[in-house]
Formats: sequence, structure tokens, C-alpha cells
Amino acid sequence: MSFKNKRTSTPQAPHRAKTLPKVKTLLELKHGEGGVLDSMDLPEDVARRLMELGFLPGHLITPGHSAPGGDPQVFRVDGSEVALRRETASRLYLRSESDIS
Amino acid sequence: MNECHGCPASAVATLVPPSAGARPNVIAIVGPPNAGKSTLFNRLTGMRQKVANFPGVTVEHHLGKLFMDNGREITLIDLPGVYSLLPRSEDEQVTHDVLKGQMAGVPAPGAILLILDCTNLGRHLVLAAPILSLGLPTLVILNMADDLRARGGEVDSAALSAQLGAPVALISAAKDEGVDKVMQFIEGISAGWSPKKALMELPVLNDIPKCRQWAARVNTNSDYHAPTPPIWTRRLDKVFLHPLLGPTVFALVVIGVFQTIFSGARPIMDWLQNMITDSGRWMGVVLPDSPLKSLLIEGVWSGVGSVIVFLPQILLLFLFIGILEDSGYLARAALIADRTMSKFGLQGKSFIPLLSAYACAVPAIMATRTIENKRDRIATILIAPFMTCSARLPVYTLIIAAFIPSRPLLGHFFGTQAAAMLGLYLIGFLAAIFTARMLKSTVLKSNRTPFMLEMPPYRWPTFQSLGLRLYDRSMAFLKRAGTVILAVAVGLWILAHLPLHNGQVPQVADSLVGTIGRTIEPIIRPLGFNWKIGVGLITSLAAREVIIGTLGTIYGIDDPTHSTGLQQALHQDLTVGSALALLIFFAFAMQCMSTMAVVRRETGSWKWPAIQFSYMGGLAYVCAFAANHIVAYFH
Repeated sequence: MSFKNKRTSTPQAPHRAKTLPKVKTLLELKHGEGGVLDSMDLPEDVARRLMELGFLPGHLITPGHSAPGGDPQVFRVDGSEVALRRETASRLYLRSESDIS
Repeated sequence: MNECHGCPASAVATLVPPSAGARPNVIAIVGPPNAGKSTLFNRLTGMRQKVANFPGVTVEHHLGKLFMDNGREITLIDLPGVYSLLPRSEDEQVTHDVLKGQMAGVPAPGAILLILDCTNLGRHLVLAAPILSLGLPTLVILNMADDLRARGGEVDSAALSAQLGAPVALISAAKDEGVDKVMQFIEGISAGWSPKKALMELPVLNDIPKCRQWAARVNTNSDYHAPTPPIWTRRLDKVFLHPLLGPTVFALVVIGVFQTIFSGARPIMDWLQNMITDSGRWMGVVLPDSPLKSLLIEGVWSGVGSVIVFLPQILLLFLFIGILEDSGYLARAALIADRTMSKFGLQGKSFIPLLSAYACAVPAIMATRTIENKRDRIATILIAPFMTCSARLPVYTLIIAAFIPSRPLLGHFFGTQAAAMLGLYLIGFLAAIFTARMLKSTVLKSNRTPFMLEMPPYRWPTFQSLGLRLYDRSMAFLKRAGTVILAVAVGLWILAHLPLHNGQVPQVADSLVGTIGRTIEPIIRPLGFNWKIGVGLITSLAAREVIIGTLGTIYGIDDPTHSTGLQQALHQDLTVGSALALLIFFAFAMQCMSTMAVVRRETGSWKWPAIQFSYMGGLAYVCAFAANHIVAYFH
């Protein structure tokens, strides 16, 4: 996993997103359901701050409360709770079930 | 911890020779946000601290003094919270520069207190890697030990110390537990310090996943067991972030704060007012008749006294903001506000500076440094003075008390006067978001920046932190009353007593003040103001609350109204329409030299403060004009 490029992510991620099987993002996590972070498609400085906040590939993320209207949403990751807007959360991709098992 | 304090003299020579000159006199406190830096800082330094700005930049920071048993004096610097040494915002840049010794005018720290939240050690230890690699004597402080125990977590601090090669202290700054260990470390390095060989080699610093893996291994080797999730935080968030209850609580908090500052502070303020009036009368009796006596009583005492009366109200407001901030609720409020703020082109992070602007725009404008996006930051700076700062409170209080009859609206909890006050807060807020919308869709257009905000666990605010905060604010307020406000009061008194006619003091209307007032009267006449209010508007350019002392001076020495209180005096000179116009003028106009100065410093030129002053002044004039004429039409 490299976060060096301007648009960071595994090179396949955006591509995979368009083809099947569909890659899940943080937004699609249901309440009480967890997912393992795979990659993110965000500018480098934003990706870095997210990693500092605990959003690292391989970490388990569960959705928490949200502001009224569902945006921004709180996510529990690596022992803390961090609020992200939906537009940011939609750029964080989860590992598919087959990857985990 | 003992490893360090008891370090033998033979081991001392390696890093810090035990010569007096090389002993560190400056120690920095570093840590991630919400780790408890300030709580520890307050525990260590108590009242021996001051707020200062770094040279060249305006990041507010606290400097504290520690006096060791041997007479040595140590300076502690409380640095802004960071997640890493790769800065993203300007206050993080400050932490980076100070630690690297690149901040001009600030001596490079000779030792570091690294404070981490041990209830989330895995993530917080990531910061230990870059800090330890600085090679300075470092004490790793694991704060929130009480929380860790209560939630069933544990850590072997001796093993952790061996892993990191640095002394470790498990403390609870809020409970004042283990703070003596920090003092022992400081004494220890004063006498000399030596680095230990770390069992774990430091990771590649720029690689966050590697650093996090390193932290995880260190934790495993130190028998760290993470605590269970904070039950009370989860429970409270169920209410505070509930889709319906959340916004309701938010609204209740806001209304409750305003009602309390408005009516709760009344008895103390009345008491203070009586004290000032009585002591003024007493001075009138005791002092011999002379121009000096008049200056002392009418100029200094009534001018400064009329402002000091509002100290309880202002402190109450700061107390509420302090409780909201220290308890962790403010982050939830920012979350709830983000969606609304984003509609106006701003983000939830702007909410925190904007909320502190309700106390004072100056620290609020400094607080905008946490906003990474430059255009978002300037927009926040430009709208911050629209928030109803505490300097407006005295003016609002006076005019509302004089013109709005007190009647209950929602029982005793919420009356007409509180509603009027809330309305004024509301129009300031509306002007702010209107302006933000306008700026963000034109000159300050930018891409939406991501909102990433950590929700800290709820914590009880400590009495010490709240107390020190109030102490700081009282001092700042009294200093202002003793300098700017005093100078304006004395200057005004002199102008009101000149020119002498055959050695006699003139009537106020014939004095220099009266001349100035009547010169500008044609401009403010359409707003329903006479020349006396006009003089108040001029002096309030220095600071808003100065108008009270000015009016006190003008009416106090104006014979026909001599014995009447300021409220009655205003009743004679203002209609309901022009009183409303005055309120609106104060809600919108930028009458504050300190704010202008700080905006200039923060934006780097006079361009933005000039635009801000003209825009706010123009808006104030137009709206006050409209208010005066609309009310006059219906009356």
C-alpha cells in the first residue's frame, strides 16, 4: 500500500470501484457492522491526517452516531471516534469479505 | 520513572554534562490534542503562568515558571497539540518549530514532557517515535491513569520505559495523581540526565503505518491492555448526538447560557454597582473640592467603574465556554453545526472560533489557526466580529433594561429581556452567515475542505483549569479597564471641561466634546441619535463598552439630568426606534481597536481589516437607519 502519489490509493481501487465486484466504502457500513479499511482515494495531506487519526489499512472501522441528517458521521477506529463528512467517507474503501477471510 | 530520578552520577556525562550552563532551563510539554497537556501544565505551574504570543506569529501559548528547591528557575512551554511532527496547520507549525529550535526568540527546549492518553496508547504512542528521535531528555507521561484503571485496562510502565529507552510516568493530571513523578523528572534533569538504550528501534518516521506497527509492538511488549470503551461517553452521545434530542439539547444549552448570564449575574452586578456608587459618594464627601476631585470621581471612577460592573457577566460567559470546551461537548456541537456551516461555505471547525468569539473576537481570531484552508480561515476571521462579544453585553444590558419592560414569556426561565438579548445574538449570527455565504461564493471561493474532527471522551472539567481560565480573563479585562478605558475616560473628561470660559468650566454642550458631537450630529441624526450618543459612538471605536462610561460622564456632568440614572437619562434622549437602532448599530459595527490590530497581524496587511471595518460600519448604518424609521412608522 503506497500513499505517496497525489491521488493515493492502491492503483486498482478506483478502477475496481467501477467494475465488479463492487468495492464497499465506509458510507455503506450499516449500524453495528464493521469493516476493514483497504485504501483511500484522497489528496496526500488529507490521507496523512486520516492515518494519524487511526484510519490505517487493516484497521477495523465501525460507524457510530452522526449529526442530524446523517452528515457528518462518527466512525470508531483504533480506539477513538472521528467525525468525517460523507464526501470524505465515500473515498475510503473497505476490504471485501473474500480479502478478509 | 524511578529509573530517571535515581540515575547514578556516573551515567550523567553522556548527553547532558552536569555543568550548570548545559542544564535545560526550558522544558516543552507536547502531546496530541485532548491528551491533557493544559491540565498537567496548570497542575505544575498553578498561578505562575502567563499567556504569551510567539514572536512574529499569534499562536497563543502558555508560559509557566517552576522554582526548584536549589533556587533554579525552569520555564515550561505548553505547545499546541499535534498528531505528528509534520505540520498541517499553522499552530502545528509552531510546535514543530519550537521543538526543532527554529522559532526565533524562543530558546530551544532542553527537555520534553510528552503527554499521551493511556486509554488509547496504541494511537498516541505514534507521536512518541518522532519526539524521542529528537534526542532530547524526554519523560513519557501516560495521562488518564484513573480512567485506564476504571475501565479495566493496564500497562507495565517499567517495561514500557525499557522499550522506549525513556522514563515513563503513569499519572492522572485531572486527579492530581502522580504529578510528583513529573516534578522528580524535572529535578532529575536539572541535575543531569542520560539517555538509555531503547529495546525497540525507532521506526521510519515518515511512514505512519510503520510507526503504528512499532507502537503496537511496544505496547505488546509492555503488557498493555486497552481499556473497555468509555460507557458514559457512549451513553451521553446517545442523547447529545440523537437525531432529535441532540439539536434540542444544543438549543437548550444556548438558551440556558444566555438566560443565566443575563439574569444570574444580576445580583452580583447590582451589588458591584452599589459599591462603586457608594464609594464614589464617599470620595465626594472626603476629598477636598478641586478639579482633580471632579476628574477622579466623574472621569476615572464613573468611567472605569461603569465597565467593571460587567465583570461578573463576562466571567459567567467564559465559565460556560470553559465547561463546554473542557467537558468535550464542544466537539459534538461542532459536529452538529457542520452541516449548517457547510451551507454557508464554512466547516464545523469554524464553529469553535466562532463560539469563542461570543466571548471575545481577539482570541477567536487567533483560534482560527487550526483551520487548515487559508480561504476558510480568512472568511472565519472576517465574520468573527459579528458574533456578540462580551464587550457588547454591557451596552445591550443597559439599553434593554432601559427600554424593554421585563415580562415572563416562558415562565421565569425565559423573559422578554432575555428574548431581546437572544434576538441580538441571533441578528449578529445571521449577519455573520450572510457575510460568509457572500464571501465564500465570490472572493474567497474554494473547494470544500474535508472535515475531520476527533470526538474526545466526555470528562469532568477540573476546578483548577476553569479557575485559571477565569483568572486569566479577569486580569485581561481589568487590564483593559485600567489602560484603554481609563485613558479614554480621562481624555473625555478633559475634553468635556475645555475650553474654559473666564476660568469657568463650560456646559458640556459648549465644551470641545459638545463641539465634536454636534459636528457629527447631522450624520447620525437619521439613525435617531443626538450628539451625546454620537460622542459615545466615537469613543466606542476604541472599545465598545467605553460608550457606557462616556455617556455616564456626559450625562453625569450635564446639569439637567444630573441626578437621574443613566437609564432614565437615555429615556429622555432616545425613542424606542432609536434605541433599537443603537442596539443594531452595536450588533454590526466593528468598534474595537484590538480586533482590527489582530486581524491585521493574522492576515498580514491592512487590506482585510479596512474592508471589514467599512463593510461592518456600512451594514450597521443602513440597518440602524432602517430600524429607526420602521419603528417610527408603526409608532
